[in-house]
Amino acid sequence: MLGYTITQWLFGILSFLSIMFGLMVVFSRNPVNSVLYLVMTFFCIAGHYLLLNAQFLAVVHIVVYAGAIMVLFLFVIMLMDLNQENEPQKAWLIKLIAGIAGGMLLFVLVGSLKGSEQLGLAQYGSSQIGTVKNLGKVLFSEFLFPFEIASILLLAALVGSIMIGKKDIK
Amino acid sequence: MINGISINYYLLLSAVLFIIGAVGVMARRNSIIIFMCIELMLNAVNLLLVAFSTLHGDASGQVFVFFIMAVAAAEVAVGLAILSMIYRNVKSIDTDILSNLKN
Repeated sequence: MLGYTITQWLFGILSFLSIMFGLMVVFSRNPVNSVLYLVMTFFCIAGHYLLLNAQFLAVVHIVVYAGAIMVLFLFVIMLMDLNQENEPQKAWLIKLIAGIAGGMLLFVLVGSLKGSEQLGLAQYGSSQIGTVKNLGKVLFSEFLFPFEIASILLLAALVGSIMIGKKDIK
Repeated sequence: MINGISINYYLLLSAVLFIIGAVGVMARRNSIIIFMCIELMLNAVNLLLVAFSTLHGDASGQVFVFFIMAVAAAEVAVGLAILSMIYRNVKSIDTDILSNLKN
């Protein structure tokens, strides 16, 4: 197909979709629409993970982000009753400045990353590193201590959010 | 090259996604949208970590992405609790109204 393989076609389509949905997150007026576009962006990024042979991360990404975090966002938006079309916007000058700053940041990033193509690091690792078996072995041998620390972090976040959300602390 | 795709395209895609998030943080006034743009920036970084992990054939990058996801979940829980508390007290989450610390 026009000299491109299936993988390259999929990469192009997924990249286009993720960038388009990302732009729509920023530009849509209604916060609920923004959340739904962000969920679509996350699905596209999960597709990228599948293309990169990271099957476990693709599944975890969909479960954690699209399943848990975005539902939390939707709950908070519904609680706050922000579902209105005419929220106040920033002045056009601020938006223009933000756009110019973003464009210059992109210029700097792309310019500095341009030299990395001569790194010559391609190792052609095996396609099995992203499976649950392999990742589990690495996670529970090499990274066992950070894993336990992450559980303490989640517990602290749980207790902290409950304490913040309480109405009156006696 | 990863499956016939140069790493440069992944660098470019991640940079563009990160910039979209950064512009969203600068240009929007709704705190929740700002939060979502931060998530978008985190995901851009995650994508690049996975790309380089696959390029080098090293699983440590994917384990790092796993930890970033755990930290992002904790951050969202605490952040949304703070936002809902602010909304309960101020009745607004507009960043131009929440500027008491400035003056």
